[in-house]
Amino acid sequence: MSGAAEGQKGAKQGVARGITRATLLKDLRLEWRSKDAINSMLFFSLLVVVVFSFSFDPSAEESRQIAGGLIWVAFLFAAVVALNQTWARELRNQVLDAYRVSPAPPNSLFMAKVLGNFIFVAVLEALMTPLFIIFYRLRAIGPAWQLLLVAAFGTWALVVNGTFFAAMSIRTRSREIMLPLLLFPISIPAILAMVQATAGILTGEYSARFWIVLLATYDLVFTTGCLLLFETVLNAE
Amino acid sequence: MRRLFPILVIFTGVLLSYAMSIALLPVVHIGGITLIGAPTEQTMGSVQRIFYYHVPSAWTAFILFFINLGASVYYLIKRCATADIVALVTAEVGVVFCTVVLVTGPIWARPVWGIWWTWDMRLTSTLVLWLIYVSYLFLRKFSSSGQTPLLAAALAVLGALCVPFVYFSIWFFRTQHPQPVMGGGGSIDPRMLHVLLVNWLAFSCFAFLVCWSRFRLEKVQREVDEAHAMRSLLDDPSAAARSMR
Repeated sequence: MSGAAEGQKGAKQGVARGITRATLLKDLRLEWRSKDAINSMLFFSLLVVVVFSFSFDPSAEESRQIAGGLIWVAFLFAAVVALNQTWARELRNQVLDAYRVSPAPPNSLFMAKVLGNFIFVAVLEALMTPLFIIFYRLRAIGPAWQLLLVAAFGTWALVVNGTFFAAMSIRTRSREIMLPLLLFPISIPAILAMVQATAGILTGEYSARFWIVLLATYDLVFTTGCLLLFETVLNAE
Repeated sequence: MRRLFPILVIFTGVLLSYAMSIALLPVVHIGGITLIGAPTEQTMGSVQRIFYYHVPSAWTAFILFFINLGASVYYLIKRCATADIVALVTAEVGVVFCTVVLVTGPIWARPVWGIWWTWDMRLTSTLVLWLIYVSYLFLRKFSSSGQTPLLAAALAVLGALCVPFVYFSIWFFRTQHPQPVMGGGGSIDPRMLHVLLVNWLAFSCFAFLVCWSRFRLEKVQREVDEAHAMRSLLDDPSAAARSMR
């Protein structure tokens, strides 16, 4: 009896994973063919790099101090572009309504969207970081491999909350303005941790370990919170 | 219940004026009678008296936000409309009190610290709390009425999750770059404590009063909206169906 129940549970998990994979692949394919989000994000963050670079024209030492803030602010604003169109795409032809009435678990849809956005923003970061290094003459004095951890945890923090609040803001009037209004206040601790960790690694003045642990905890808490609340938000009527 | 309202209004009015007078007046002796006021602080002088508005407002705001969280969680579990109104009302009044805190703080800090603002632990966490609740009110304003309670309750829960992170991150942020901000510790004069507590009581009563009237107003508003919806449904069912969509 328990074996059968376990088998059923396993099958359910398999279905959930299948839905996640299918939605993720669909989003990636759409993006691969249209390249809407990634192009606008890239151009936007390129503009931020150029504008900040010539308006401040910092020395190598100064840019180590401020680069953490600049990089993450650029990525944050660029990520909003991708996040805003995550759910807007599903509103056309009532895809989201169809999803709501289907028995598919809402959290697998959420995870697919989060993973998709994570990949978009990670690609953006991988392409933009060399530009930042060139324009700001950056060289890490601290342990540079920790920057990978900061980038991974930081991007996850932005994307998981961003996807959740994007699902909230498509329910409001003036959708596109609503997302940053909701996302930024909640993200302040994560942004602070990312900026401080990056500055700590680049300048080598202090250890970034505390900030990385804080980011990981933030990710854990907010991923759990979003997963628990997503069904409520998706079905809010 | 309704008969209690005017009594509470009078009580709060008297308490507020008493609290204000003891907060603003120094200790006066007239012909052997000691009128109890708050003693003037030795180093800061009269500027310190803003403390009697600043601290009680902060406490009241935090209590209101805490009630908001409780009501939001209750709404998520039970879907009870009253809990939603409580959450709305406490967030609104809480934001007002939090604004008082954020305005009186710099007014005091400028003459005492010499700066209007610093990224200190308490200042920053209060500011972030204020930002979160303002975004909460924005969400309530901009979402369509049927979904507002659920979305707002979800945001309130996530916002509350954020508060410990703000507190810890700022705490570490500042211990890394120490700044002489406030001479910590030190005990408070019992007469000052008395004035502080009386003010807090008065502020809490006032907040409760405002919440209560706002609660009644919101309830009536919702009844009116419902009546309008019902009437348009009876007059023209097809138009109502369209507007519902």
